[in-house]
Amino acid sequence: MTGGRRLLSLPVAALLVAALVALPVVTVALHVFLPDEGAWRHIARVLLPEYIGNTLLLVSGTAVGVLALGLSTAWLVAVCRFPGRRIFEWALVLPLAFPAYVIAYTYTDLLQVSGPVQTFIRDVTGWSARDYWFPPIRSLGGAVAMLSLVLYPYVYLLARAAFVQQSSGILEAARTLGCSPWGAFVKVALPMARPALVAGVLLALMETLADFGTVAYFGVPVFTTGIYRAWFSLGDPVSAAKLAAVLLAFVFTLVALERWNRGGMRFHQLGAPAAERKPYQLTGGRAALAVGICLVPLTFGFLLPAGRLAWLAWVGGDAQFGVRYFGLLWNSVSLAAISAVVAVAAAVVVSYGLRLQPGRLMRLVHRISGLGYAIPGSVIAVGVLIPLTLADHGLRGWLSSWFGLDTGLLLTGGILGLLFAYVARFLAVSLQSVDAGLARITPAMDDAARALGDGPGRTLRRVHLPILRANLLTAGLIVFVDVMKELPATLILRPFDFDTLAVQAYKLAADERLAEASTASLAIVVAGLIPVILLARQVSRPAERRQRSEVGTLMEPALAAS
Amino acid sequence: MSRHRPAFTRPTFATLLLAALATLALSTGCGRAPDTGEGVINIYSARHYQSDDALYQAFTDATGIRVRRIEGTDDALIERILQEGSASPADILFTVDAGRLWRAEQAGIFQAIESPVLRERIPAQLRHPEGKWFGFSSRARMIFYDAERIEAGAITRYEDLADPRWVGELCIRSGGNIYNLSLMAAMIAHTGLEAAETWARGVVANFARNPQGGDTDQLRAVAAGECGIAVANSYYFARLMSSEDPADRAVVRRLQWVFPNQQDRGAHVNISGAGIVTSAPNPAQALAFLEFLASPQAQTRFARGNNEYPVVAGAALENPALEQLGPFEADPIDAMLYGVHQAEAQRALDRIGWK
Repeated sequence: MTGGRRLLSLPVAALLVAALVALPVVTVALHVFLPDEGAWRHIARVLLPEYIGNTLLLVSGTAVGVLALGLSTAWLVAVCRFPGRRIFEWALVLPLAFPAYVIAYTYTDLLQVSGPVQTFIRDVTGWSARDYWFPPIRSLGGAVAMLSLVLYPYVYLLARAAFVQQSSGILEAARTLGCSPWGAFVKVALPMARPALVAGVLLALMETLADFGTVAYFGVPVFTTGIYRAWFSLGDPVSAAKLAAVLLAFVFTLVALERWNRGGMRFHQLGAPAAERKPYQLTGGRAALAVGICLVPLTFGFLLPAGRLAWLAWVGGDAQFGVRYFGLLWNSVSLAAISAVVAVAAAVVVSYGLRLQPGRLMRLVHRISGLGYAIPGSVIAVGVLIPLTLADHGLRGWLSSWFGLDTGLLLTGGILGLLFAYVARFLAVSLQSVDAGLARITPAMDDAARALGDGPGRTLRRVHLPILRANLLTAGLIVFVDVMKELPATLILRPFDFDTLAVQAYKLAADERLAEASTASLAIVVAGLIPVILLARQVSRPAERRQRSEVGTLMEPALAAS
Repeated sequence: MSRHRPAFTRPTFATLLLAALATLALSTGCGRAPDTGEGVINIYSARHYQSDDALYQAFTDATGIRVRRIEGTDDALIERILQEGSASPADILFTVDAGRLWRAEQAGIFQAIESPVLRERIPAQLRHPEGKWFGFSSRARMIFYDAERIEAGAITRYEDLADPRWVGELCIRSGGNIYNLSLMAAMIAHTGLEAAETWARGVVANFARNPQGGDTDQLRAVAAGECGIAVANSYYFARLMSSEDPADRAVVRRLQWVFPNQQDRGAHVNISGAGIVTSAPNPAQALAFLEFLASPQAQTRFARGNNEYPVVAGAALENPALEQLGPFEADPIDAMLYGVHQAEAQRALDRIGWK
């Protein structure tokens, strides 16, 4: 460690990074104190009750959905043995590659009144559209289904990792003490996996709250659609920000409630985890049931919609398909890769800073910096634009007065603004993974390294980062996939002539050319599959192998949730 | 600590970051200053039509001026220009809907320009009186009905949509949709807020289902028998008319189209238009672009490529679908009023529960 770098100590750097990432969120929240243009009263009186009601229904419905799909499959895959388990282990992550709006378009195309399914029903029965009832896909229930199908992998990933890491000794002890397999699951495994489950559900719910594409397409009035309506139709950005602030308060409460409820519980685990796990061997009807349970989310979350998209793309895809797509793909992938690296680096700095100096301010900034995940992309984009253009104008003035250069807007003109927005929006994802990983490393290791003469930076590099490797990779891959799918911030912050796959899909879909949009949508899914499969391999790698690595043996396996 | 080298050492990380920065520099052309040289214009466009690429290409072919574009949603683009302020690289804001042009103008984004060409070619009600923006193409809000269920001539006006005869028959998209807002704003301008709200209440009472989907979805729902009447923009129907997909052709066969209010004020039309940004770094090229859009060649492209109606009198359509739809009387109302009454329209629709 050089002397110069000590000027910027790690906790200070952490504070700076977290504050920077929190800036867009804070910018949005500060709008609350501005006088609005009269729309707020109208919104509060006429629309707010419905927004709150629908948002609560959407969030609770999705919570149930992602838990049902994610938890059941995670448990089966982690502790049971049945035919196809090895495939399900990674395949269950695949729906993560689907943007929620794409799966919504695809299912609408299939299930709406003029779609092939209902047309087939009418052709066979001779009924007209009014003679029968068919569950309307464009509805609150439809939105819950769509979001559950693409967001359950968060719960699956985290729950599965937690189950795999649980020492089988504990489960066996529970069995010896008279628990049935089901009892051992409910009384022992489930409570122990609670931090992971909560983290997974929280990620899914934050993304649900930020979703605009699905709810707007389905015509479900919730907070995000309200924010758009206030801003765009009523022409009142301040009222839009107020709605966003209410949304933020909601998320903040949700997180705080869980922390309060969890109280002083600790999730330590003694003894080598998963040393000799004895899986439950399922046979016959039970094995078939397990296969069936795993097939449901895989089929409806991936196989069916991907198949339909492929068919649409084959029959009547994008006329612009060709060399142009290499450019789109390159833009999407490079943006996603850079953002992933930056988001993971930022998460490491912020999380480690909190570990070094867990002060109240640090804790607050840490928490705010993760809130961007619940804010709709276009709102984050404006939260980014305001401070960034301010800095840009300052930079421009400085350059012109010192060097006589007119450089224009350097920051907003390039992809820096986009990167800023992505990190502000997706830091929660990488932070969650890094926090969880760091929490598992006992502070005794820090002390040991420090006693041997390493500074905090060197300790981070030589001790923590190697141990955290899996967490870093997971964090990076999820951010990568999220950025690939991101649309509203990309749309508004990108430089000239800079199209991505999501932008191409949007342009066609916005023009009601869904069949043509299928080509770009499919490309997003396919490009997202590679990191998703990597991610799945990452989590399905046997825990024992990680244990055997030499750093692993140094690690006291304390599953402590901070 | 063993001598084992951790996998995530500094060089790896530094290399990654370096690669990231290199990509950043490569993919943005390293600090894009607004190009103030000859021969470039920067367009911020809310139009999302693939045919626009050909339009821009035709402009470049004709003038040698290169086009750089950012496409996005209208209000976000307006916000971006506002934030970029005097340093904005934007020359042109090209958008859909007169209400948004009005809002951009209110935000002070456009400069007034004096162009005899534009003033002569574009009808007065489709441009800003001081030349801050100009409409270049239009689309009509049309009514469609199921020819098998509803007798011809029963629906001829927007007012008929509120007729209690049609309870449970109407499919129309969300009240937050800009085309419905502009229609409502025009209603307010013509009949006053109270009467317009009563009309909208009658429309809502006739809904066959909660508003959902886009305009094309409303047309398809009529053809599928879910409703008897739909409201949609002309170019969506024209697109179905020229589609080769048998399902689309079946939709067209089943639907009867109406240009509303032909006996009185005329059909509601909205425009797509553009203006020159106050701080435009390339105002001369920008003006050349606007004048190009008003040329017969570009006007015909709007019709041929995207099924929009030209605004310049006498421009050829070269579009069989539009020719088949035939000529119609458009409401001569000043398009600026869509913007003036927009927020009022939204509040009224919220109040009466047009979701």
